[in-house]
Order: sequence, then structure tokens, then C-alpha cells
Amino acid sequence: MLVARILCAVLLLVMSTGGVAAFAAGEGGKTVILATTTSTQDSGLLDLLLPIFEKQSGYQVKTISVGSGQAMKMGERGEADVLLVHSPAAEQKFMAAGFGATRRLVMHNDFVVVGPTADPAKIRGSGAVEAIRRIARSGALFASRGDNSGTHAKEQGLWKAAGINPEGQQWYQQTGLGMGQTLNVAAEKKGYTLTDRATYQALRKNLSLDILSEGDGKLLNVYHVLELNSVKWPKVNRAGGKAFADFMVSKQAQQLIGSFGISRYGSALFFPDAGKTLEALGL
Amino acid sequence: MELIVEGVRQALALLLALDRELLTITWLSLKVSCSATLISLALGLPSGTLLALSDFPGRRLIISMVNTGMGLPPVVVGLFVTIFLWRNGPIGFLEILYTPTAMVLAQAVIATPIVTGITIASIQNLPAKLKLQILALGATRLQMVWILVREARLPLLAAVMAGFGGVISEVGASMMVGGNIKGQTRVLTTATVMETGKGNFDVAIALSLVLLGLAFGVNYLLTVIQQRERPR
Repeated sequence: MLVARILCAVLLLVMSTGGVAAFAAGEGGKTVILATTTSTQDSGLLDLLLPIFEKQSGYQVKTISVGSGQAMKMGERGEADVLLVHSPAAEQKFMAAGFGATRRLVMHNDFVVVGPTADPAKIRGSGAVEAIRRIARSGALFASRGDNSGTHAKEQGLWKAAGINPEGQQWYQQTGLGMGQTLNVAAEKKGYTLTDRATYQALRKNLSLDILSEGDGKLLNVYHVLELNSVKWPKVNRAGGKAFADFMVSKQAQQLIGSFGISRYGSALFFPDAGKTLEALGL
Repeated sequence: MELIVEGVRQALALLLALDRELLTITWLSLKVSCSATLISLALGLPSGTLLALSDFPGRRLIISMVNTGMGLPPVVVGLFVTIFLWRNGPIGFLEILYTPTAMVLAQAVIATPIVTGITIASIQNLPAKLKLQILALGATRLQMVWILVREARLPLLAAVMAGFGGVISEVGASMMVGGNIKGQTRVLTTATVMETGKGNFDVAIALSLVLLGLAFGVNYLLTVIQQRERPR
């Protein structure tokens, strides 16, 4: 019977390839799970750094790119080996609760408030808090990440400083998406949003959004690498996490971070900070 | 409009250049979804046949559950499979989270009810007298089941298509249990989401075209087999 024969052939082919898929799974041990923010992936930084780390250390990195909030939740549950995040207040709580082993400064860039060129809320050139106050007063649309990411945490801090509670307001819309997609939403709806500079620069060519407020000390965006407390979670790959954290603050990685994006965007997207203190950055 | 034209143009360029990463991603998509469909067939065909032909208390309840399962949201499956596979989860010792194996598992969970449900419907759609006739001709019960399944083979191919179509196109579960890791668990759907997030719409369009092509190709093959046997 022809049908049966063809089906058998197809099934055999699939089974052999399926076997390969199942086989490729069980390497374990030499893998490091890195839970990180969407900005490090969406900007392309990790695509540059990870192959070098993998080659040098022999570890294979599994990058789980989520918001900083979710990354830290994974850390709390021992479901990651090392974190690269940018939500300082939440990180301090994380360390104080004993979930982390070490926390080292890696790099910074800054957040910027972006919006349509026409700037209906007239925020161009104003400080960060004043800018969002004007957005609230004018009722112009503001697209919020709304996902407990580092960017979202920073944005909530700004609303608090401005004494405004935007929750439930008509002009305040939470996307629940990553930075790249939230920028697209803001651009399409001619609204404002808070973004890290790296993601904005990487996506600028597709967006009709201008930087309207920048340079405010409140908008500093710092990234730390956190090793996890393996006493709490014995299954955490302590050595692998340490190797990655050490790499991120190594001279080589810091140099790559500092030069990343210059050729493509005309300016660096991140500024290397290994060994510095937060005070030196003005925080 | 300009973006679409430009996107399709870039997409064709990538395809024609047989971009290495694109090939890796495509091959993995095919491997994972075919494996998952195969598992769902191994589970769904026998259990569907059994449910269609047997009679026991609670059968209707089970069939309703299977029918509900045909619309199982992939993200829900992804969430539960992730929780189960976590290092410190119930079956975390397997250490398969963020591997293709985990994706096969999640997709098999999605496809099995689809295959089971269509199997039940196809077997039950056979003329009722056929069963009696086969038994009257002296066939054993096992022979009868085999003949019925053979009679239902055309609608059963639809089960294969629906199962495969369901898993090759889903993104929620693959994203959660696979993690969209470059070179390891990145498949067409998760890569499309990521490239859209990065603003690389041309690459996203290229990936979508490959996905559509793949789904079409597999279904075309199955349809050719199915239609060749169509009663005329």
C-alpha cells in the first residue's frame, strides 16, 4: 500500500531526526543559566560578549532574556546561575534577603524620555521629574513597560518623585512587553515612554521618536552582575556563575563593552564601570 | 507599504543566501515539531481509537476533556511545563529545561489532545454497520480495530496535519520552556518575536515566510497522500 509506505518513510525520517533533538539535550554541568534584562539582548551586547566567554571558559551560556524583576525572581528560586540586571533598589533587597553571594558593578548608560517630535506635552529640555509631570498634566499618552523590569522600576520611582499616581489613568498605558516592543507601541500611538538609551539607539531607525529629556542624574541606568547564594540552592552552578561574573568585570569584557556600538551607532551604548563605586557615578 | 516590500526583498535575499543561522533555526523548528507530532500520534491514535470504540462510565467526560484540550492555550502548557521542569520543581532532576527536549515535551502536550480528538471523530464517523459486518465475517477484535483504523486513514491524516500545524506555529510554550537561546532552542516563532522586538522587521518577515513555507510544504505532502486515496 503506497500510503502506508510513504507514511512509514516520513515517520522513520522524523524519528531519526527526533532522536537527534532528544540527544542534544543532556549536556548539563557545563551550562550556565544567565537571567538578564531585555536591553542587554535587544541591543546586541550579549551577541558580542557571550561567544568570547564561551570560548574562553568552556561553559555554554543559556541566556534567558526577561525583565529584571523576573530575572531576580528566577534567582530567588535558584533557577538561574548568574544575573545581569539593572534595578538597584530591588537588587539591594535581593542581597539583603540573602539570595545573592556577590554583586558587582559592570556598566552604566542612562535612561531617556522619548516622545513624538511634535512634543504635545512640551517636555523638551526639561528634567526627568518635570517632564513626566508635564506629560501627566497634558494628558498625552505614556506607554509604560508595566512588567516589573528595571526600566519599569525606574519609571515608578520618577512618578513617586513627581507625586503622581498614574495607575488607572486614561493616558497611562501598560504594555507588559519588552523595551523594543514598548518603543514601537509609543511610536505608533504618538506617545511618550521611558527607555534605556541602548535599546532606543539600536531601534531608532524604525521609530519616529525623539529624545526629549536626558542628562538628568535621576536617569542613570546601572547594571550589576549578581552571583547567587548556592548554600540556599545547591543545584546552582556556582563555579559557572562566578566565571561569568568575573568575565563581565574583566579588562577584556570591559573594553568590549566600552567600544560596543560605536561603529554602528556613532556612540557607545554602555560605559564600563568595573571596580568603581556607585558614589563615583554620582548615585 | 515600503517596509513590507523592502522586508520581503531582504527576506528573499536572506533565503537565497541560505543564511546559516536561518537554516539552523528552521531545521530545529522542523525537528522539534515533527518529534512532538510523532509522540502525539503515538499517544493520540491508540487512545482516540479506544475512546471511540469502547464503552465505559465516564467516557463522555473524558471525551469532553479531550475536546477542550484541543484548544489548550500554548502559554498555559508552557507555564506548567516550566514549573514542573524547574531545577527545584517536581521533575527538575531531568535537567531538560531550556533544551529542545523540553520543547518537544511541551508541544507534544499541546498536540496530543488535537490528534486524540480528531481520531475519535474520524473513527466514530465510519458507518456503524461496518463494525458489525467485520465482526460477522469472523474477524477478531484486534483485526476489526485495525480494519477500522485503515478505513479512517484519510480523516486521520487530517489529525496529523492539525497536530503539526498546531505546534509548528505556537510561540508561547516554546518561548517559556526553550528560552529562545541562540543556536540551541531558537525556533522560527520565537526568533520572529525576538527580531520584531529588536526592530529587525526584515529578518522577522524572512522568518515568517520560512515558517509559512514550511507549514505549507508539510501540509502539501500530507494532502497529496490524502487526496490520492480519495474515493472517486
